[in-house]
Amino acid sequence: MPETDTEIVVDDPTAPSEDSPAAATTRRVEVVVYLLLLALALLLGFDNWRSGMGWASDGPQSGYLPFYLCVILGGASLFGLCVVFMRRRDQEKTFVTRAQLRRVLQVFVPTFLFCLFMQWLGLYVASFLLVAGFMRFIGRIALWKSLLASFLFALAMFATFEIAFDVIMPKGPLEAAFGF
Amino acid sequence: MEALTLLAQGFVVLLTWKTLALMLVGLVLGIFVGVLPGLGGPNGVAILLPLTFTMDPTSAIVMLSCIYWGALFGGAITSILFNIPGEAWSVATTFDGYPMAQQGKAAEALTAAFTSSFIGSLVAVLLITFLAPRIASFALRFGPPEFFAVYLLTFCSFVGLGREAKHKTIISMTLGLLLAAIGMDTVSGKLRMTFGFDPLLRGVNFLVAVIGLFGISEILLTMEERLALRGHSAAISLGVVLKVWKGLPRYWVTLLRSSAIGCWLGITPGGAIAASFMGYNLAKRFAKDPSTFGKGRIEGVFAPETAAHASGTSALLPMLALGIPGSGTAAILLGGLMVWGLNPGPLLFVEHKDFVWGLIASMYLGNLVGLVIVLTTVPIFAAILRVPFSAVAPMIVVSCAIGAYAIQNAIFDVWLMLLFGVVGYVFKKIGVPLAPFTLALVLGNRSEDAFRLSMIGAGGDLRVFWSNGLVGSITTLALILLLWPLVGKVLESAGRLWRPLKT
Repeated sequence: MPETDTEIVVDDPTAPSEDSPAAATTRRVEVVVYLLLLALALLLGFDNWRSGMGWASDGPQSGYLPFYLCVILGGASLFGLCVVFMRRRDQEKTFVTRAQLRRVLQVFVPTFLFCLFMQWLGLYVASFLLVAGFMRFIGRIALWKSLLASFLFALAMFATFEIAFDVIMPKGPLEAAFGF
Repeated sequence: MEALTLLAQGFVVLLTWKTLALMLVGLVLGIFVGVLPGLGGPNGVAILLPLTFTMDPTSAIVMLSCIYWGALFGGAITSILFNIPGEAWSVATTFDGYPMAQQGKAAEALTAAFTSSFIGSLVAVLLITFLAPRIASFALRFGPPEFFAVYLLTFCSFVGLGREAKHKTIISMTLGLLLAAIGMDTVSGKLRMTFGFDPLLRGVNFLVAVIGLFGISEILLTMEERLALRGHSAAISLGVVLKVWKGLPRYWVTLLRSSAIGCWLGITPGGAIAASFMGYNLAKRFAKDPSTFGKGRIEGVFAPETAAHASGTSALLPMLALGIPGSGTAAILLGGLMVWGLNPGPLLFVEHKDFVWGLIASMYLGNLVGLVIVLTTVPIFAAILRVPFSAVAPMIVVSCAIGAYAIQNAIFDVWLMLLFGVVGYVFKKIGVPLAPFTLALVLGNRSEDAFRLSMIGAGGDLRVFWSNGLVGSITTLALILLLWPLVGKVLESAGRLWRPLKT
């Protein structure tokens, strides 16, 4: 018989709590999204109207199809807005709770900084910092484990992409010091 | 039996040490990706795509498709052992798979899942082997109007047959088509929607969008949930495998039915998710004792897994034969073809025989080798889940960034990926489907070119789309599918009028 008694258990020390209040309702987010899409449709539609949305003798001009796509996009967004406003208010669902939003930002902000610092430090150093920082501060993993894992990860990425597969990545001062 | 000869040649292309090694690497990476939470088939393939940029197309597609097979196998592991579907199409597998694991029959359930996946894929690959070349040679007669009609059919069937709210599907699709149109207009050479911003000259790259939409957004979504896991571990012994295989012939009806459903839904844009549920529900309906489903019945694992894999595999048929992807992952593979300098479409069967038949041969071999790997190494892969998500998440983010950057060596693409990550997160939460977006983005330029070439050919006359029987019937079918919800309502009310009194 297979040993199914041995269970795998993984804990999540910083999990969002279940009873956190809502940070935004689906209704509000939907309204914002539809308004943004409407604005995008107007902006792109204007640009296509400028570059020619008519029908020349040999078929459509370059702005023809995109212009009507903008019309459809704008129309669908308006329809979406109507649907949201017609829906009864007491059936509102939570889009994201505060605790969830905090966790999502915990990933998003480091990722944003990673993309920012990648331009000066190079991808490999930035990824070392991202992985180590994330493991240490969000996963609450022991410092030496975090540093070791992220160092090995960055090294493996470097070996795979830079050396084995010849894929060029942004590099910074550290790689330059080693002659890459 | 020309197909068999060509297939044999495909195996010859495949049987070099380098290709076989890449195949193994692809399968292992794929299973890994399938097991990890927050990563699945399409994201895995999209993230690992940059590895293949410097390879020759055949090695590249073999490795990528093996990542896909691996991910399909891997999804079942978490469904059965942890009750966490690694993929949406593994949800139906949890219904009976997890109860089996709780009863101490995890090994049987896993064996059943892997075996039925293999059978489903095999049926679909056989279909591809014999049907795809015929469709391709038929499609060689297509001109721009026919191609546009086929694209239109694809788009319309998404809108008409999709289960999401229609306006959300339309938003997703038009947004994809608009983004595909950014940059240089290929017919007139004019710039469109760039607003004088240089990085937009190249347009929005499909793969960058996919990495953001599926990779980054999936990480954001996963972080919202409580990531603690409890599950069973299991090792599969040869005895269990033989026992399950001995019982297989009794379920041949289920296997056959699920394969057929899967193949059908894979070729049409129904998808593996619908296929797995349909396979499960039909098996339940035709069973003598439906009440035992959901309590750990092995048939409840066979049915959805066979259907999901038949569908996932047969989604590659329209991609190979017509250049139209049948699923999100197929769309990414199609994007890969373009990166490697191949032009997807029916000509592929003529101009790149080695490539096509190497790929088809790798489907046979990859699934067989994959089956052996998962059967022997389940404990190792189940243990991957012990690695905390806070270590996995940043590594996935880094891989996504590498993938996005490597496509065009542009830092702008990394920011674009981040933007698409946020867009994907919000869209998924408010129910805007992402599949039409992906499809529109990858097919946008090709369908616009087809439309405008047919217009140039016909002197701007829209009647060209009804100029012969073939193109006319495809266009008409497309319009019917677009209006299908309306047609359905009319038929329903007509039916009600027909027999007004039932009391």
